[in-house]
This record gives sequence, structure tokens and C-alpha cells, in this order.
Amino acid sequence: MSQPPTADHGTGNDADTGRALNLCLYVTGQSPKSLRAIENLRRVCEEHLGDQCQIEVVDLLKDPRRAADDQILAVPMLVRKLPGPIRKIVGDLSNTDNLLVGLEIRESDTGQ
Amino acid sequence: MKKDATLADLMDAPAGEVLPKAPTGITGLDQITTGGLPLGRVTLVAGGAGSGKTLLGLEFLVAGAREYGEPGVLMTFEESEEKVALNVRSLGFDLDELKRNGLLDVLSFQVDPAEIFAAGEFDFEPVFAILDDAIRRVGAKRVVLDTMEVLFGAFGDNSTVRAELSRLARWLEDRGVTSIVTGERGDHGLTRHAIEEYVTDCVIVLDHRVSEEISTRRLRVVKYRGSAHGTNEYPFLISANGFVVLPVTSIALDYEAPEDRISTGIDRLDHMLGGGLFRGSTLMVSGSAGTGKTSISAHLVHSACLRGERALLILFDESPDQFLRNMRSIGFDLRPQVEAGLLRIWAARASALGPETHLAMLARLIEDEPPSVAVLDGIAGLAAGALAPEALSVVARQLDLLRARGITTLVTVLSPGDETSTVSVSSMVDTWLLLRNVEANGERNRLLFVLKSRGTSHSNQVREFVLTGHGVDLVDVYVGAAGVLAGSARLAQQAAERNAEVRQDDDLSHRRRELRRNVIEREAHLVAVQDQLDAERAEIDRIDLRERHQAADTERDRSAMASRRWADAAPSNGGNSEPATNR
Repeated sequence: MSQPPTADHGTGNDADTGRALNLCLYVTGQSPKSLRAIENLRRVCEEHLGDQCQIEVVDLLKDPRRAADDQILAVPMLVRKLPGPIRKIVGDLSNTDNLLVGLEIRESDTGQ
Repeated sequence: MKKDATLADLMDAPAGEVLPKAPTGITGLDQITTGGLPLGRVTLVAGGAGSGKTLLGLEFLVAGAREYGEPGVLMTFEESEEKVALNVRSLGFDLDELKRNGLLDVLSFQVDPAEIFAAGEFDFEPVFAILDDAIRRVGAKRVVLDTMEVLFGAFGDNSTVRAELSRLARWLEDRGVTSIVTGERGDHGLTRHAIEEYVTDCVIVLDHRVSEEISTRRLRVVKYRGSAHGTNEYPFLISANGFVVLPVTSIALDYEAPEDRISTGIDRLDHMLGGGLFRGSTLMVSGSAGTGKTSISAHLVHSACLRGERALLILFDESPDQFLRNMRSIGFDLRPQVEAGLLRIWAARASALGPETHLAMLARLIEDEPPSVAVLDGIAGLAAGALAPEALSVVARQLDLLRARGITTLVTVLSPGDETSTVSVSSMVDTWLLLRNVEANGERNRLLFVLKSRGTSHSNQVREFVLTGHGVDLVDVYVGAAGVLAGSARLAQQAAERNAEVRQDDDLSHRRRELRRNVIEREAHLVAVQDQLDAERAEIDRIDLRERHQAADTERDRSAMASRRWADAAPSNGGNSEPATNR
């Protein structure tokens, strides 16, 4: 919301400098989608987020109660806990554009 | 109550191959489905907002936990756990207690489409994991997923949602749990997102309609694979105690017909009906306003209570207090019976609830405390509150409901006066009494006719129906050239006849007296005449006698005179007569 309307790649992430990004990725075991999501998130972090981001990966098969507590219905689910408000990005994160828009790293081109 | 077999009998389902069922604990629903939901299968409950989907699911779970030893899991996407607890409490159960005892687990999820972004492929594996965990923990046999439909649209890709839900349904079946999935009613098809396409074993549709400003809830089993089921729409009610579906007790006319009779409480009426009402039969009393229908009700319930039997009185257009007061005025104090718990009075304005709700209420009342006698007082009020054919079918079902339980029933029907207006109901009753106001000579009087009485000889006579300080009295009416006489006309007639009799008596005795007097007179007269006759005869005798005396005297005198004159000693008698004639 408080994002400056910079739509360019590369320079856009400067807006987040100084703001810690706290992410949580929920997966279920070693399913292909889970593995893809982890890989995709790792890549996006490297390319767009720099090193200010903290990522927790939760395996719901090991801790199903966590799904109920954290209100996770679908996986893979990436939750941006900080900065608020909470954002949820569902899917294997193969759609990088949607991921960046969802994390408010980038403005939406198409209006979703 | 246990009429479950009737439906199955009607269908050609082989008796041995009955689908195992999980009872819902909702009596009427279990009857319609001949035993409950398909065991180990998924049932879709579809309905609009506020149609009672959630409550049905909850009752299914609570009944399973409390009555059938089948713990359950509720996964809700609509309500918070607090709200679920509130709903469970409204059914009279404590959610916390059920949870503590490991009988129920509640998983509550809030889905906010606004905060979710889709970025690639996904699945609902956490739902499976959570359910698996919860089912394992409580040993669940029942699962309710309350409105899965919120998942549509929230994750962008509906085809994935659909595929996942389909997989979930199969997964639940593989787990052997009996499940209910609720779905929002859609414009095309049963549910908005066509859940029915992959939940294929049993589909129940709930409907909430408002007609003539009265809301009616209805339930229909649209589909039930491998099982017989009622296909009609059945009214149901969400009462203080939960879900009540009107039981379908009399699909077949298979109730018993007892031979013993019970009294109506009016001796002469019993006599007219050949000794009273058959137990379990239905009596209808119809008549226009103020003909005394309710007082017959009072007699019936009063006599039942005196026999120590339970009676149920349902008033459609009076309050219980009003009824008690009115009946006191004709000599019935029913309050002790009410206090003793023998008489139960339930009143509700027909127009306030809708006929089908009434039906469900009645079902509940009967089930609570089965009475031996029931009175539905003022059925027409019911008819006025809704569409007529609808009301009619409800009345029919109410009567069937009571009859099937062997309850002797009295229905009073307010009819504008003619016999045809109630004729459609009349085929459902065994005995029909008609009360009619007869207006004549500036007054209205009540007449009672027995129009029909099945299976019993009955009087064809009209009786006058009189309300007294000690209840109803039936009096013979006068039938004459001027028609039937009742009320003061009857009294006048009675008086006139009495008068005529008295007058006739008077006339006769008068005549008798007169004749007797005449006889006496004549006899006296006769005596007098005889006396006179005697007197006159006596007179004649006396005259004769005197005459003879005189003649003798005269002779003596003459001879004395002659001797004195010294006359010849009568040389001839001829000379003697001359002087005598000269005198």
C-alpha cells in the first residue's frame, strides 16, 4: 500500500531496504509441489529479496495441528507474517510475477 | 413410532440387502431415509443461507457422540469455534464437555479470499492431514464439512478446488467415516459449484420458503443411492430442541383399529354413536361460530382425565386461560387436571407459525408425552392462516399422525355453515358431528346431527344441543309441520301441548260434572214427580173415601130426617129422591 509506484525490475526492491521480511512456507512432506515451492522461493529470494528475509519452512505432515492453528488449508502456502498485514500466496510459486505482487515487492501490471 | 419398514416394504429393495445406515438422531429424517445416512459415505446437504444446513450437521454429530457411540469431527469454514459452541448449546449440549470426553473435535477455518494470492499449483493436503489427525485422535466415525464452497474462488483455480474436493470425498469414504458436506444452494443445479457431481451417494436439499408471510422449512431427499427413501418434501422445524422433521408415519394405511370405545363425556351423545367413540378414531365437529364445538372438546378431555388418561388440547384460536375460564362457565373446572399433568393445553395462533410448523410442533408434543386423547380445536383458523390446499394436506397429516399412534382425536372445524366446506376433511374422519345454528322466532338455537359414523350404527335423529351450567345437554327436538322446533319454540310447543292436555282434562271433568249434576237433577226430579204422583194418587183415594163417607152420611141423615118427620116408612124409594135433588 505504501509502495512507491516503481514498476521496474531490479530497482524496485530498493523500496524494501531496511524492512525485514518474515516469511513462512508451509509444505507437506517431500511432495513434488513442496519441493518446487521451496526451490522457487529460494530462487526468488536470491534474485529479488536480498538477504533481509527470514524464511521458516513448516512441514504440516509432521505437525498437522499447526495447520489448524495457522489456518492453512492449501499447500504450498507462503505466508508473509511481516511486514503486516498478513499476505498468503498459495501454489508452488512457479508464477514469479504473482509471487512478487503477492508479497508487494512489485505492483500488479494486470490488476490481478 | 417404528414405522420405518413401511417405506422399504413399498419399494422393491430386497430385504436382505439393506444398505448400512448411520442414524442422524433426527427422528423424521431417519424415517424418510429408512434409517439414516449411508454409512461410510458422503452426504451432501444443500440449502440456502439460514436453511439449517449447519444445524443438521451438528445434530448428526451430537447424536452420534451422545447416542450411537460414534465420535465426530466438525470442520467449519464459516463459523468460529465459539459460535459452534453456541449452536451446540442450543441443542442442549455442552461442546466443551463433548470435546473433553473426546467425542467431538471442532476445526475452524476462516477463509478470506482478499488475503490470498495464487502463484502456481497447489493442493488441499493440509485439510487431509488435519482431518486425518483429528479422526485418529477422537476415533471419529462421523465428519461434517460445513460449507466447503467458500474454498471456491478463494484460491483462484476452481478446477483444482473441485478436483481436491472430489479427492477428499473419496478419501473420507476410504476412511469409512460417514460424512456430511454442506453446500450453498445454486441458481442452476443444486449447489452453486455443483458439489453434487462428485458427492454422489445421498443428496438432501433444505429449503426455506415464505408464502403468505409465513415461513416454512422443507426437506427433500433428492437422491439416495441404493436405498429407498421418501421423495416428497417434508416440512421441518428448527425448534428450541433442534431439528424436527415431520415423521412420515402413515404412508400406508396400516394402523390398528381397536374395538373398545371411549366416552365422549356426554351420555346421550355416546348413545347416539352407538356407545361412544372407537378408541383411536377421529371425530370431527363442524359448525359455525358459537355453536358449542369447544364445549364438546371440554367434555372429551374432561372424561379422559377422569379415567386417568392423558389428554392433549391444542387451541388454535384461544389462549389456555381463556379456554379454562370459558369452560368454567359451563361447569368444567379443568385446572386440577392441568395441574395434575393429565391435561396439556398448547395454544398458538395458527397464522403466526404456518401450518407445517404446526404439524412439526404437534409431532413434537405427541412424542414428548403420548396422550390417549387429543383435541385440535379450531382447525379453520389454521386454514385461514395459509393457502387452503396446503392447510388441508397438513390437517390430513396431523390426523394421520395422531391416528397412527392410536390417539383418539377430536377436531373442531369452524365452517361457515354449509356441509360442503368441510367435506374435504370429512373423508379423513370416522365420525362427523355437525352443529348448526337454527334461527327462528328471533333466537338462535343449536342442533346436533350425526352426519357420519364409520363402523357403528348411529342415531339419525337431530338433537338440540343445550349448554347448561353443568356442560352440554342433548334434548329431543320437536319435528312438526313447521319444521324442527328448538329453544323457546320447543319450550312453547311443550307448554302448548301441556296446556292442551290440561284443557282437555278440564273439559272432560267439566262435562262429567255437568252430566253428573244433570243425573242428580233428573233423579231428584224423578223423585219429585213420583212424590207428586203418589200425592195425587193419595188425593184421589182420599176424595173417593170422602165421597163414600158423604154418601153414607147423607143416607143416614135422610133416614134420620124422615124418621123425624114421621113420614111413611118408605113405601117407595122414588119419592125419597125428589127432596134431595131440590136442595
